[in-house]
Amino acid sequence: MSEQPRRRARGFLERWLVFAGAVVVWEIVTRISDSVFFPPPSKIAQFCAELWFVAEPTQLFLADTVYEDILPSLARALGGWLITAVVGISLGLALGRSRIAYEYLNPLVTFLRSVPPPALIPVFMVAFGIGTEMQIATIVFGALWPVLLNSVDGARSVDRVKTDTARSFRISRAEWIRMVVFPAALPKIFAGLRTSLAISLILMVMSELVSSNHGIGYRIQLSQNTFSFDTMWAWLVLLGALGYLLNNALLALERRMLGWQPKREAAPATAKAGG
Amino acid sequence: MTTMLEVSDLGHTYGSGDTAYTAISGLSFTVDTGELTCIVGPSGCGKSTLLRAIAGLHTPTSGTVRLKGETVAGVPEDLAVVFQDYSRSLFPWLTVRDNVEFPLRSRGVPAEDRARRAAEALEWVGLGKAGKKYPWQLSGGMQQRVSIARALACRPSLLLMDEPFASVDAQTRFELEDLLLRVRRELNATVLLVTHDIDESVYLGDRVLVLSKPPATVVAELPVDLPPVRDQITTRESDAFVSLRSEVARLLHGKEPAATPARGAAARAAGAVDQGGHVAESSTPKGQRTVTAPKNRRNGAGGKGRKKHMKTKKKRGVTVQRPR
Repeated sequence: MSEQPRRRARGFLERWLVFAGAVVVWEIVTRISDSVFFPPPSKIAQFCAELWFVAEPTQLFLADTVYEDILPSLARALGGWLITAVVGISLGLALGRSRIAYEYLNPLVTFLRSVPPPALIPVFMVAFGIGTEMQIATIVFGALWPVLLNSVDGARSVDRVKTDTARSFRISRAEWIRMVVFPAALPKIFAGLRTSLAISLILMVMSELVSSNHGIGYRIQLSQNTFSFDTMWAWLVLLGALGYLLNNALLALERRMLGWQPKREAAPATAKAGG
Repeated sequence: MTTMLEVSDLGHTYGSGDTAYTAISGLSFTVDTGELTCIVGPSGCGKSTLLRAIAGLHTPTSGTVRLKGETVAGVPEDLAVVFQDYSRSLFPWLTVRDNVEFPLRSRGVPAEDRARRAAEALEWVGLGKAGKKYPWQLSGGMQQRVSIARALACRPSLLLMDEPFASVDAQTRFELEDLLLRVRRELNATVLLVTHDIDESVYLGDRVLVLSKPPATVVAELPVDLPPVRDQITTRESDAFVSLRSEVARLLHGKEPAATPARGAAARAAGAVDQGGHVAESSTPKGQRTVTAPKNRRNGAGGKGRKKHMKTKKKRGVTVQRPR
């Protein structure tokens, strides 16, 4: 058991070694080149601290921009992603279990998902005006497809024996969807959700770059227009960190929900239980 | 004894026109309450088609299935199935206990009762302590015991088993066979078991129904005159067992002795096949079909006459000593 913490420490080191190395190289290169467009990471970090943190306990030491730009942006990205998840999973499971519905809708789906979502921003601007609605619409339209198609795939993966088993035991329709189709499709659904989450963040920034008066994308645009490249880099670093954290949170949820799956190393060891 | 299951003149044809394939045709038999009936047939003879029709999983193209006197249309409530492929029949995301409880949910059994019945059923199959595990953490034999427990927890009037022990190793197979015999004795369950294994059908059954090659019909119906409590070693070496299994084997491969009336009719119908000798008898589908499923008999005599005919055959099967 004393191996456990040591192994974990080693894993942590391995995971971050390359990252730390890259930051160091970046620091050295930018310091040598001394370009205004590429500030060194240490300077970016300093700007991050100045941008987002204040000595004000009443706002939890967070600057106004956190409440006015970061949180609204996050809310839009996550809100759009959640709508995507609900619509994508339910529609996907339905299409995956109905051959007829799938065949009718397949050409439409293929057509719609071939349209690059940013190209539709002008359309949504006309339809919803400039603001949250148009941004959410952009996110949902772009992020829906991975969840939808993976859910279809997952729902189709339910094999004939399970269908027969459920039918012969007269499993009710609700239980069938909730306890057979959904869990069977879940590994694929999670794969789709992860892709969709990344797309949601991208489209959140995208829609804010094009038209917004607040938000992370707006701030990046603004700092670039005002030649404050250090600030611009700080926002970019924030986006990277957010993407990393959100993906990890989703992975943790996935591990929890897919805990039933046999672990690759564990399966043969326990199979000898006898009988 | 009351009749639990009555299959009459059951037939099923897949597709239509030139590609039509008749898997079973004119199949009739009954299963009495408390009886363990084995259906044995050559592989690919339509056993699964028959079972799926009985389970209400598909509608046969002709004939009827009656369970407790009621015609089966759709999946009957009073029936549970144990499938061959336990690893796919169990739900890997549910624990063993949840797997056993699962069918009871849809039947509106309250949570407490579900837990109690699941625990009880797992106890019957000797898995009282495995409830919290996931199926993949168990061996194949144990997984099949879970699916037997799941079926038993529903307290079905009829337990259907589709080659339940075909996917486990020989040792485990013997254990599971004895487990099935013990459980059905304790619960007085009515069981219909489909298998391609001749020995298994004789070892387990109170009665063995032999099917022909497709289109499958019942060729013979042999009561098994073995003591109710069976033993993997002594039962299998007893003369009665040996002669019965030979009888079943002969019926399956269409090698009936020429003396029986069925053989006479078949031989007349077959004609050239006999001249072909032993090879034709054992391997050509044409020869087998005429030997095992004479159509004229099915049309004319009906179920009753055939039953009588089978009984005489069975007597012969038990009394005749065959050199090994």
